[in-house]
Amino acid sequence: MSKQLQSDFDKLAKTSKFSNEEIQSKKNFLNNFIKKGFPSRKQEDWKFLDISQIIKKNISNLSYFNDYSQSNKIDPSIFVDGLEHNKIIFINGRIEKIDFNFEDQNKIEIIDETKKDISFDYENSLIDLNSAFTDKVFKILIKKNYSLKKPLIIYHSINDEIKSTNINLRLNFELGENSCLKLIDYFSNNSAKNFINIFYNFNLEKDSILKNYKIDKIINNNLKYSFNNIEQDNNSVSETFILSAGSDYFKNEINCNLNGEYSSAFINGIFSLKENQQHEIRTTINHLVENTKSYQLIKSVLGKNTKSAYQGRIFVNSKAQKTDGYQLSKAILLDETSEFNAKPELEIYADDVKCSHGSASGSLDENSIFYLMSRGLNYQQSKELLINGFLMDVVEKITDVEIKNLITNIIGFKQ
Amino acid sequence: MDTREKDIEKLKDYKYGFTTDIENIKAPKGLNEDVIKFISNIKKEPKWMLDFRLKAYERLKLLKEPNWQKPKYPKIDYQDLYYYSAPKSMKDKPKSLDELDPKLLETYKKLGIPLQEQARLNGIAVDAVFDSVSVATTFKGELTKHGIIFCSMSEAIQKHPDLVKKYLGTVIPVTDHFFATLNSAVFTDGSFVYIPEGVKCPMELSTYFRINASETGQFERTLIIADKGSYVSYLEGCTAPMRDENQLHAANVELIALDDAEIKYSTVQNWYPGDENGKGGIYNFVTKRGLCKGNNSKISWTQVETGSAITWKYPSCILKGDNSIGEFYSIAITNNHQKADTGTKMIHLGKNTKSKIISKGISAGLSDMTYRGLVDINSKAKNSSNYTQCDSLLMGNKCGAHTVPYIKNKNFDSTIAHEATTSKISEAQLHYCQQRGLNPEEAVGLIVNGFCKEVLQQLPMEFAVEAQKLVGISLEGSVG
Repeated sequence: MSKQLQSDFDKLAKTSKFSNEEIQSKKNFLNNFIKKGFPSRKQEDWKFLDISQIIKKNISNLSYFNDYSQSNKIDPSIFVDGLEHNKIIFINGRIEKIDFNFEDQNKIEIIDETKKDISFDYENSLIDLNSAFTDKVFKILIKKNYSLKKPLIIYHSINDEIKSTNINLRLNFELGENSCLKLIDYFSNNSAKNFINIFYNFNLEKDSILKNYKIDKIINNNLKYSFNNIEQDNNSVSETFILSAGSDYFKNEINCNLNGEYSSAFINGIFSLKENQQHEIRTTINHLVENTKSYQLIKSVLGKNTKSAYQGRIFVNSKAQKTDGYQLSKAILLDETSEFNAKPELEIYADDVKCSHGSASGSLDENSIFYLMSRGLNYQQSKELLINGFLMDVVEKITDVEIKNLITNIIGFKQ
Repeated sequence: MDTREKDIEKLKDYKYGFTTDIENIKAPKGLNEDVIKFISNIKKEPKWMLDFRLKAYERLKLLKEPNWQKPKYPKIDYQDLYYYSAPKSMKDKPKSLDELDPKLLETYKKLGIPLQEQARLNGIAVDAVFDSVSVATTFKGELTKHGIIFCSMSEAIQKHPDLVKKYLGTVIPVTDHFFATLNSAVFTDGSFVYIPEGVKCPMELSTYFRINASETGQFERTLIIADKGSYVSYLEGCTAPMRDENQLHAANVELIALDDAEIKYSTVQNWYPGDENGKGGIYNFVTKRGLCKGNNSKISWTQVETGSAITWKYPSCILKGDNSIGEFYSIAITNNHQKADTGTKMIHLGKNTKSKIISKGISAGLSDMTYRGLVDINSKAKNSSNYTQCDSLLMGNKCGAHTVPYIKNKNFDSTIAHEATTSKISEAQLHYCQQRGLNPEEAVGLIVNGFCKEVLQQLPMEFAVEAQKLVGISLEGSVG
């Protein structure tokens, strides 16, 4: 594997427009990754779904080289209809377009941060892989007191030109004081098997609001890993919604540091898995100062041969008195081959806190189905109605009405 | 001796912190084949037992000490321990209680387990294990009448080799994890219980463990077999003297319940927790596992953990028989520098199996406590259910309370429900109690006892009173 990595990296260095300095920093990341390798089930965080095994089984030999010097044609048919929005378009891991047409151009700045090092400690080797092979890293800066008029949609798509089987992408966001960003991560890549590795870093300053929606709905054979790091200052709010349904494998990881008082984080997620899918959500909320709040709700509906895992961790520092933390995960297993794993973890060092978690899993309630059938629905309809109701609960948590409608449509729920 | 007793008088915190001056026979320091042969030889064991030990030792050489636990501890030098320590007078086993070393009897009196009188009054049969060697078993006659075997492990190896051979190592195999395998290699004694078919044990069986000599590890092994349709309730209590160094306690407990049998296992663990600066104390690394082998069997663990510098154990149930039930009730209290990483594992293999976990953790002072548990419902375990509740109470902002449950559901007919909360004693509750004339410490005691009530209810009468007192003592000085 290391030979392949090395030679693909050399190709990348040759074809791209990176400066020497940038290549050197990328090389360090590459060496780190070669040293650590892919994570495996030996690591606690990867216990339930072993990514190195899954890659081996599905892709066998990964190749990493993407030619970032050549641009790709944008296929407008992937765009979301019925909602005016700003766009960032990734094709084959290359940023093709950053378009903030609906916004005041003076309030948004795009900064090249390829040279900048990663600002927090991590053990995750996939971040090393990402940093070594990703294209230019840009930071989107939303200036003080500006709220984006329209949501921003990030499109992830792959065309036939792709050479590698691994795509790495990275973006940084900075939300200035009292600003607001609505972000939709939209996965429309329905190509053959690729391993897609995404890393976003968010920095939320005082009073800013981030609404972050991740939608993976179209059935595809890709393996995806997404890591979001969110740093929050006083009074800031982050809301993350994850719809995890399309890919063969998808692991969403959210790390949220509540650094400022009265900051709060909300994470809601849906797993809706059909045949042979394996998905995971892992969240870490670090309550580091007083009066912070977090809320998490994860629901799964699991079909044939599927497996979902939820690992949620609430950490409360000894300084973080008056913390309010809540976590709930529920799962419905539809088939005898489906499997649900959960590890809701609390790590608490302060006494004046309110922290709780709950987890429940089981099959659909036969009594409820009976109730609906006795009122004239057939078995299939009653089942669907119950599942809809079960998942709608999470969709209802979305605070933005426009996006809530969009997501309801995408999921295909009947109100 | 006098000055030492005065010292102890001064400290007073740990009422069981005395040592008894009894001459000990020790095996040479260190862990090697010779020591294992020495132990086996001195206990006059048959060859199959020695082979069992040596097999475990071979395996042990390949194993690494686990290090995933939350409480970290300095590395233990396994070559610097005595693996066998027996009171000298035990060399030729006493025939009856009257022949016991009077000093030994006195020790038990201090511990509050007078072997003769009280045992008769309470109707509890006691097997006392002193520095890894079983000293006396009371109430033999009454038990024999019912065909119940309750004796020390060494005696069982001599007298009931068939039973021991058949069941020893079937729940905790010699190839298990590091500490369990260490125990399999060097275990010195423990209790053995066999309840024949259809017998409901007429009294509570009880063992008292005590570490007396210094630099010894205590490695006892308990094996309880409940044959078809039988019932037994077993109590276990532990204490150790106060010493500056840390002592290792790595016991193995195996329970086997056959068809329709029920085993209730209660522990009040009060090993020396170390002083308020975190010096000394016992490392309690125990492996306890029960196998519901037969259909309709039931195993219930109840534990009150107040002692030990580090507690690291997970009494588990393997629910193999259809309709079998596993229960786990736990109170863990940590104060000062104590650390605990405890919980349970419920492994559902049979159909219609049920398990219930109630865990209450209280941490105070500078202590750290973790509930770690596994609920695993196998794909064949149709129609199974689990209910888990773990609550933590924090006192002060220098301690920690953590919950790490692992939940695996591979069966769509089965349900798992898990709840956990962490909170502190509310000011309103304290105020209410104090208004009615309780001082703050009494008020906390009352509230904590209420918090633990669900678990305390599960303990047999005699233990419940002791446990309730222990809860109060363990939290002394943690208020205000």
